[in-house]
Amino acid sequence: MKAPKYQFSFYAGFLVGTITLYVFLRQVRFESTLLSQHGTNLNKVSDDQEQLEKEIKKWRKEGSALFNLEHPHHPGEDGRMADELYKKVRILCWVMTAPKNLEKKTRHVKSTWSRHCNIVIFMSSVEDPDFPTVGLGTKEGRDQLYWKTIKAFHYVYEHHINEADWFLKADDDTYVIVDNLRLVLANHTPEEPVYFGRRFKPYVKQGYMSGGAGYVLSKEALRRFVGGFKTNVCTHASSTEDVEMGRCMEKVGVLAGDSRDSMQRERFHPFVPEQHLTHKFPKSFWYWSYCYHPISEGPNCCSDLSVSFHYVGASQMYLMEYYTYHLRAFGYNYHYQPPAPLGYGIEKSVEVKNRPAPQKNRRGDGEDQSRTDKRQNADPPQAAGKDPPAAPSG
Amino acid sequence: MFSEGGSFVKGMLLGGLFCLVVSLLASFSPSTESGSEDHHNHHHVKAASKDELTHLSDSHIKELSNQVRVYCVIMVQPKILVYWATAAETWSKHCDKAVFYTSEQSKALEAVDLNEKDEWARLRKALKHAYDNAGDLRWFFVAQPTTFAIIENLKYLVLTKDPSQPFYLGNAMKSGELEYVAYDSGIALSYEALRRLVNIFQDEDKCPERGRALWKLSEDKQLAACLKYTGVFAENGEDAHGKGLFNSKSVETLIKDSMSDNPNNVVEGCCSDMAVTFNGMSPSQMHVMMFGVYRLRPYGHNFLDSLVFLPPEGSEND
Repeated sequence: MKAPKYQFSFYAGFLVGTITLYVFLRQVRFESTLLSQHGTNLNKVSDDQEQLEKEIKKWRKEGSALFNLEHPHHPGEDGRMADELYKKVRILCWVMTAPKNLEKKTRHVKSTWSRHCNIVIFMSSVEDPDFPTVGLGTKEGRDQLYWKTIKAFHYVYEHHINEADWFLKADDDTYVIVDNLRLVLANHTPEEPVYFGRRFKPYVKQGYMSGGAGYVLSKEALRRFVGGFKTNVCTHASSTEDVEMGRCMEKVGVLAGDSRDSMQRERFHPFVPEQHLTHKFPKSFWYWSYCYHPISEGPNCCSDLSVSFHYVGASQMYLMEYYTYHLRAFGYNYHYQPPAPLGYGIEKSVEVKNRPAPQKNRRGDGEDQSRTDKRQNADPPQAAGKDPPAAPSG
Repeated sequence: MFSEGGSFVKGMLLGGLFCLVVSLLASFSPSTESGSEDHHNHHHVKAASKDELTHLSDSHIKELSNQVRVYCVIMVQPKILVYWATAAETWSKHCDKAVFYTSEQSKALEAVDLNEKDEWARLRKALKHAYDNAGDLRWFFVAQPTTFAIIENLKYLVLTKDPSQPFYLGNAMKSGELEYVAYDSGIALSYEALRRLVNIFQDEDKCPERGRALWKLSEDKQLAACLKYTGVFAENGEDAHGKGLFNSKSVETLIKDSMSDNPNNVVEGCCSDMAVTFNGMSPSQMHVMMFGVYRLRPYGHNFLDSLVFLPPEGSEND
């Protein structure tokens, strides 16, 4: 009679013991994973802090301008030529942007190509001290583009004219390879009244530069631009930024330069690489009648040392940075070797090693490459409101 | 009454012990958690670092870079004609010998017609043909035209490796107990590995031509299984920092992944500077990659790579 009672209490004890220990073990395991997670979280936090500190060391913020303290270098590279150009061809980049673009577009510009400028300033309608952006005091919208441009250049003239030699305007969806821009400008001086970009022929006798592909003014050109507004030679005649800019430049005697490379290939591009390399634009497309120089489709569209592309989205900014500065074919001797800029100490002997034969004669004229049978929809991604023949801009 | 409490306590102790034993046993059985950590145990082949190369003489390096020559086995089909054409126009020009092997002839493009619909059988025939026609080439790279390959970087990876040793490299993956190299990111084989493979092709038990009976294993797993019998194991191709060089995803996807995983260090957190393959890119994206790899660069930044590869003759897009 006593046995069942013992049995009962035994089983009860067994159950209690099992459950207690199970709960205990789970708690221990949980706590240990929490600790390790906390550990990795702490690591992540300290990593982020490290990143932030690194960032702060890279830029010096003065007002709304970011001064690049160190020219980005790749481990294992010989960047002496790039460094020499960085010192001698100082470029101030200003990026046309808007408050609503800061998070989704502009910060990717900040993380990528703008780090290669000597100074970068982000121009917006509203000031943002953290980003930082300058507040131009305009509204936003396509009809404000020329106002923003005028005010931006005046701001740059007033605050930074002596801190750079060349002044680049770009959009927040333009990708610029600043090192290659320095090569274009190296054989010119900031006292020349000249500006460079992707030259279009309508509306202005000497042509004008596409807004979206970016354009760069010499110091003298900037002086004359500001001077033109003082004397009312230049006015806000319309909101078509690039055409008006071109008109003003012509009026104040600034030359529209030829930015093509030594094989006559364009360096500033109004579309993304994919478009220029693989698209067949239909004959009716405005692009054909706008380009000042003959258009090449296929590989000759674009210089190896291209300077800019337009309509570049956020992830494409990083992709372009990867293609330009990181991914390469190890040991590969490039086909095209540009002539070195005059008067620079490091000659191109550094680039040309073990080359057995002289360069092949590459076709550099504007003739179209062999066509494939692919019929492609050749409409480029139309930016909001990019309406060609009437008034193309940015 | 005392003994009642006693039996209760006894029961409790036994219960606790029981629980402990069971949980210990449970932690010994392979769970998915520990499986992914075992990943570090698989073999990897790393590219020589710059330091390692400086220990070799210039003439030795030149000799090595002249000796590393790649026979590309490109498996095509008329239904992916656009990719076939793109591979022919782009990266395959950098192979020392590029041979296209097709399932059926196409009027538009040239290839070795294997006249074989079964994918595994086709791969076997192609590899046998490559082995027989290797000449003095000692490295083989097997890919589909939906993959983009940078052959110079493959050469760099195997530069100091001896092709008379068996090497089977790429993006190494695991399926159960079998480690294999993923087909979609390219498979690199040394001459010795291919020799052993062609040899075991003749063994219908170990390496059947029509594949394992009941279920169809993908060709890359079949390949791994056959190679395993010859003592050749899959190895992951990595750069000197341990980053994988053979990518089963497109560069666009990898960049986007990096934007969410490493927002402060997108490009460095993404892909290796000497990546060998990317997969799943559109033909036009491949043309862009061709431009990005072989042409586009920032002026004034020079790399003093110890080795030299010359551009192919008569080529406009590189």
